[in-house]
Amino acid sequence: MTTEELLRQLYDQTLTGNGPAVLDLTRSGLAGGIGPETLLYEALIPALEEVGARFERGDFFVPEMLIAGKAMAGALEVLRPLLAETGAESIGTVVMGTVKGDVHDIGKNLVNIMFEGAGFRVIDLGVQVAPEKFVEAVAEHQPDIVGFSAFLTTTMPMFKANIHALTKAGLRDRVIVMVGGAPVTQEYADAVGADGYAADASAAVVKAKQLIAGRRSAALPA
Amino acid sequence: MIACGALAGHVREIAARRGWPLHVRSLPAQLHNRPGQIAPEAERMALDLLGRGYRVVLGYADCGSYGALDEVCARLGISRLPGLHCYDVLAGPEAIAAMLAREPGTYLLTDFLVRSFRASVLAPLGLEDHPELWSDYFGHYRRLVWLAQAATPELARRAESVAAMFGLPLTVIEVGTTRLERALEAVIAKGPPAHAAANPP
Repeated sequence: MTTEELLRQLYDQTLTGNGPAVLDLTRSGLAGGIGPETLLYEALIPALEEVGARFERGDFFVPEMLIAGKAMAGALEVLRPLLAETGAESIGTVVMGTVKGDVHDIGKNLVNIMFEGAGFRVIDLGVQVAPEKFVEAVAEHQPDIVGFSAFLTTTMPMFKANIHALTKAGLRDRVIVMVGGAPVTQEYADAVGADGYAADASAAVVKAKQLIAGRRSAALPA
Repeated sequence: MIACGALAGHVREIAARRGWPLHVRSLPAQLHNRPGQIAPEAERMALDLLGRGYRVVLGYADCGSYGALDEVCARLGISRLPGLHCYDVLAGPEAIAAMLAREPGTYLLTDFLVRSFRASVLAPLGLEDHPELWSDYFGHYRRLVWLAQAATPELARRAESVAAMFGLPLTVIEVGTTRLERALEAVIAKGPPAHAAANPP
């Protein structure tokens, strides 16, 4: 199999969420001398971007996105240590969690998949994450972004509580706050003082990149 | 009444018992898996019926439309059932809020969901083809509460079988349809004066 054929198959099998095939092709590619970055950036990430695009168009629903994400996660387990060896840097670190009182995490997990696929390092705190846990994680990992997810109108107010906790801990200015979830809107994100909001997982990645680029360029000396 | 498929059967039964001149058109309950489609579908049907001279009310709560159904109601001058979900309509919003505050990992069932769990939940979530996704969807739930409208032995058996899939304890709360009936009375009374045709569409 040529490199092009293998990358094509890896792309196709990731798109359809065939985990065992994705893992086999990843290992075959590495054994055949294809670099981990090539496998990631020329097959896996484009496949996941296409998954996100199909989801946005309504061609894919949650299960298709989840199985594609799981397939890619399997490949990433193999590639991650190799990418670290090559010195490939993540494009940013994200701490994510579903807010206290809320156990819904499918949306958050889809966002995590898209972030990882785009080259971010994701630290997932899980569900029902209390404000103090977010504060601890931001202090410990010093992420570029902290993401709060809520699925219920009754738990959305925790965004504000989390932001207040970050402010109180003196960490608010050190991290970009993104919020999301089915009931969340741009207006609500603005009202609670978040830096960014996105309506879906693909848009979240685009927004995150914009926000990080903005912050890094603002930090450059004039 | 344009009603969610999950409520339409109960609405028909109540309307027949009360002798209301209410014709029920239902939209598929599966729209709840893509709640963004509920408001456009309801609006399309409402416009059609209003255009034909019927008085229209929505047999929906907010149902995950996050205000989009309220916008439809405001645009068309029609009303909907109160609450965030049919659970609020059936059991009361305070009871549901208290239940979720006590245990956020509460998965709620109604008779409709118990009866159609395979078609309404397992199939659309891809769990029949990909059972490995179960924990992705339901891994954080800690208990099931069946808000029963009519807890027949057959439904009770099915509810137990759903609980067995989750491997979680099942609590049965017999809420009946009294609250739904009161909500229907109110929403029908709220609607604009009838200028309906004598015959159903």
